[in-house]
Amino acid sequence: MSLTDRQLERYSRQIILKEIGPRGQKALLSARVLIIGAGGLGSPAAMYLAAAGVGTLGLTDGDAVDLTNLQRQILHATPDLGRPKTESALETLAALNPDVKVITNSVKASAENILELISGYDFIIDGTDNFSAKFLINDACVIGKKPFTHAGILRFSGQLMTYVPGAGPCYRCLFVAPPPPDTVPTCRQAGVIGALAGVIGCLEAMEAIKYLTGTGSLLTGSLLTYDALKTEFRKIAVPIRHNCAVCGKEPTIKTPTDYESAQCDVKF
Amino acid sequence: MTKKTDPRTAEPDAELDICDVVCPMTFVKAKVALDDLEVGQILAIRLNDGEPTENVPRSLKEDGHRVLKLTDNRDGTYRLLVKKAPDYF
Ligand SMILES: [Zn+2]
Repeated sequence: MSLTDRQLERYSRQIILKEIGPRGQKALLSARVLIIGAGGLGSPAAMYLAAAGVGTLGLTDGDAVDLTNLQRQILHATPDLGRPKTESALETLAALNPDVKVITNSVKASAENILELISGYDFIIDGTDNFSAKFLINDACVIGKKPFTHAGILRFSGQLMTYVPGAGPCYRCLFVAPPPPDTVPTCRQAGVIGALAGVIGCLEAMEAIKYLTGTGSLLTGSLLTYDALKTEFRKIAVPIRHNCAVCGKEPTIKTPTDYESAQCDVKF
Repeated sequence: MTKKTDPRTAEPDAELDICDVVCPMTFVKAKVALDDLEVGQILAIRLNDGEPTENVPRSLKEDGHRVLKLTDNRDGTYRLLVKKAPDYF
């Protein structure tokens, strides 16, 4: 594969970086990244990865755009209200960078489809907003041997962690099981600042770019937390849990499972 | 390390003209051309006097490559000889 003059120009600011260079750019252009959730986290992640020239972007989301989304989900705009998020996202990304092939799936990730959804991708980004989906993605990526970045946001704080098969702990090593429904507020009930989704979603994109170009070190074996109110980042070491139910020596979880999620009937 | 190169006798393995582009494309094109070469091979670059002759050699040096020679073509352009470094990073 050789880069065209238009590509050299479009990506010049990152090709110049000696850690990326022409080789890193070619790696990005031939990479396949799946983003699960085209919402607050998935939006900035998808846009920066598309802008950077990740050759194939998969987007999975079963929801339609509603007015409460627009405060943070920058893939979508006011004229998109009521449209499937995948459709609106596809248009935004195609306009941003025609080099990128966008593959959309207008479904909710579930135990039934998750292994098939992630197959064929080099890196997965968790852009979901609930614990059941986060455990589902973690278990599927461990079982399917896929690297992924987990992220979560709530109110003014966020967290991030990257799993690479054989290279460190998984999300379940850190949080053994999802909390019981209704004990933890979802972001719908608790609120969230849009710029926080931007910060954490961009960090997810950055992890994907580093993984795909083989540059720098990843957030494997540590959890990054961000407190926006105090403007504090902390990196906390996360050990491998040898008896982890999914990535441990004798795993008891061998297929992905759906967990009950906190229900919320309040529509804002 | 690769063998020593005498700048006076060094023969380029490839030629590149970046007189038709401006910063940052000058450097980008030089990087791409070097990327296609083997370690230790030499690239000859024709570049405009002024900003390119000031910045391109410096940026290539920062990438670890060896700038062997910069000669004035006496037509407003220069000829730069660069030897590709063992690795980028
Ligand atoms: Zn684990």
